[in-house]
Amino acid sequence: MTSLRNRLFLVLMTATSLIWLCAVAWIYLSSRSELEHVLDARLQEAARMVHSLVAGGNLATTPSVAFNETGYERQLSCQIWSLDGQLLARSSGAPEEALSGSTQGFSSRVVNGEDWRVFTITDAQKNVRVMVGDRTGLRARLVRDLIAGLLGPALLMAPLLAALIWASLVRGLEPLSRIAAEIATRDGEDMRPVASGGVPSEVLPLLGALNNLFGKVEAARRHERDVTAFAAHELRTPLAGLKTQAQIALAATDDAMREEALRQILVSVDRSARLVRQLLALAKLEAAPTGKAREEEVDVGAMLRDIAQQAPTPDGIHVHFDRSLDGLTLKTDREALHLVLRNLHENALHHMPGGGGLSWKREMGGLCVEDEGPGIPEDELVRVTERFFRGRNRTLSGSGLGLTIASMAADRIGARLALENRRDRDGLRARILCSGMDAQV
Amino acid sequence: MRILVVEDDPILMNGLKVGLTLAGATVDGVSTCSDAHAALLSGRFDAVVLDVMLPDGSGFDVLGQLRARRDGTPVLMLTALDETPDRVRGLDGGADDYLGKPFDLDELAARVRAIARRGHGRAGAVLHVGGLVLDPASLTATVDGAPVSLSRREFAVLTALMERPGVIRSKGEIEERLYGWQEEVESNAVEVHVHNLRAKIGREAIETVRGLGYRVRTGE
Repeated sequence: MTSLRNRLFLVLMTATSLIWLCAVAWIYLSSRSELEHVLDARLQEAARMVHSLVAGGNLATTPSVAFNETGYERQLSCQIWSLDGQLLARSSGAPEEALSGSTQGFSSRVVNGEDWRVFTITDAQKNVRVMVGDRTGLRARLVRDLIAGLLGPALLMAPLLAALIWASLVRGLEPLSRIAAEIATRDGEDMRPVASGGVPSEVLPLLGALNNLFGKVEAARRHERDVTAFAAHELRTPLAGLKTQAQIALAATDDAMREEALRQILVSVDRSARLVRQLLALAKLEAAPTGKAREEEVDVGAMLRDIAQQAPTPDGIHVHFDRSLDGLTLKTDREALHLVLRNLHENALHHMPGGGGLSWKREMGGLCVEDEGPGIPEDELVRVTERFFRGRNRTLSGSGLGLTIASMAADRIGARLALENRRDRDGLRARILCSGMDAQV
Repeated sequence: MRILVVEDDPILMNGLKVGLTLAGATVDGVSTCSDAHAALLSGRFDAVVLDVMLPDGSGFDVLGQLRARRDGTPVLMLTALDETPDRVRGLDGGADDYLGKPFDLDELAARVRAIARRGHGRAGAVLHVGGLVLDPASLTATVDGAPVSLSRREFAVLTALMERPGVIRSKGEIEERLYGWQEEVESNAVEVHVHNLRAKIGREAIETVRGLGYRVRTGE
C-alpha cells in the first residue's frame, strides 16, 4: 500500500535536498572562480609592489618577519632573482627553488611537492625578476572552509525541515483522515452523505463522488425495500381477507352472514388466482433466456379479439378495434406479445369500473390502446411498471403486476411500452412501440 | 365500542367490519388516508385499526398527524410487514399495538378491546359496577352472579354507561356508539334499549337525568 503522506514526504525531502546540493555546487564553483580571480589579482599587485620597491641590482637578503604557521596569513611567498639566476632575496618560508620557470605573467608549478600559483615580473633594466606566489592548497582550503560553513547549518537544519514538512503533510492530509474515520465508524445501514464542511477543494470531487455513490446505493436499497413491502402487502392482504372471512363464516350467527362471507371468499380466491397467474408469468419472463425467442407470424388483430373474448367485458364498457388492425401481422414471439396485449387490455378494463370506451388502434411505429379511466398521476408514470407498485388510482382487483409484465414482455419482443395520459380527456394511452412493425405490414 | 377501520382491500375491509361487529363493536370503514383524516377529525372513536399501505399514502402519516394533534385515540397498526424494525417503527410512531397480516380475527378483536379500554384508562377487561358485571370479550353480563342475556345494541349501551360509572352520558353520545355512518339511527332507539335494559338488570341500575342523558348508579 502506498501512503500518500510517505510519498509526498519523500518527494519533498528529495527535492529540497537536491535544490540544496545544487545551490552548494553552484556556490562552490562560483566562489572558487571568484577567489582565483581575487587571489590572482593580489599576486599581481604584490609582485608589482615588490618590483617597485626593488631599487636596482644589488639587494641584500631582508630579514623576514615571523609569521604564524597556521591560518591564511602566511599565504604569499616572494622571491627576487637576478636575471642571471641568483636568488637575491626571498620572503621567509619561501622555498629556495625558483617558484616559476616562466619569465613573465602567471604560471603554476610544483615546488617541493606543493602546487604553487606564481606571478612573475622580469625587469631587464633593474636586472631583477620578481616572483610572488601562493600555494594552491591554501586556495582549496579557503573554498572548502567556505562550503563547510554553508553545509554545517544546512545539515543541522535538515531534521528540523523534515519535521516541518512532515507536520504540514499530516495537517494537510487531516481532512482525508477525518473523512476516512467518519466512514470507517459507520455501520452498513448509514448512507447519509459525508459532510463537506471544511474539506479542501482538492478532496471535494472525491467526497462528491462518494456521496453520489452513497445516494445511489441508498436509492437502490430503498427501491428494494419498497418492492419487498409492496409484495408483502399484495400477497398477505388477500390472505388476511380470506382468513378473516373464513373465521366469520365459522362464527356466523345466521345463514345470510355465512353466505356473504363465503361469497367474499370466492371473490378473494379468484383474485388470488389471478395474482398467482401474474406471478407465474413474471417468473417465466424473468427465467426465460434473453436470447432470441422462437418467432412466428402472428395476426395481431385476431389475437386482440381473442383476448377480448377471454376477458369478459363488464357492463358499460365498449371495446373498439380499429380497422387498421385487421390483417396486421407481426413476426414475433407469440407468447410474449400475448402477455403484453392481454395485460394492457385487462389493465384498461379494470380502470373503468364505471364503464367507458376502450379502443385499440394502429399508429406510427406500433399499436396503442386508449381507455377512459382516471389515467395515472404524472409523478407515478415512471413507477407503475415497477413490480407490485399500485398508484393512487389503484383498482380494487389489481395486483400491481400487470404493467410490469406488459413492460417486461414488450422488452422481450424488442418493443417498448410507453404510457401517457390522454390529452383529449381523462384516460390512459398505452403505446407499444415496435421498430419492425411498419416494415412488415 | 366504536371502531374506525382504515383498509383499502374491499374483502379484508368487509371481513374486519363484520368480524368486529360480531365482537360487539360499531365499525366505520374508510379506505384512504384523506378519508381517515376526515373521519378522525369529525368522530370520536374508541380505537382505530389502521392499515399501513394505503393508496394515497402511508398509515404512519395518518398516525403521525393524529398524534401531532395530541389526539390519543388508541391505534392498532395492521400491516403486511411485520418484521421487528417495522413493529418498532410503528410503536415508536405512536401506535398502541401492531398486528401482521394475516391475523386471527379473535386476536384482533381482543387487541382492539384491550387498547380501547386502556384508552379509557382501564386495565381490567371486565366492567364492574355494583353487582353488575360486564365482559366485553364474551359479550356476557351478570347481575349478582346471575347471567343476563343482552342484545348487541343493549350490550353497547350498557358498556357506554358502565365505562364511566356515575357520569352522565347524553343520548347523542350513546347513539354514536351504537350506529356507524351508514346505519339509520332510529329516533327513540336509545330509550327503547334503556327500557329493555332496566327490565333485565333492574329498574334502579340506570338513572335518567332529565334533559341530559343517562348514568349508571354506582351503588354507594
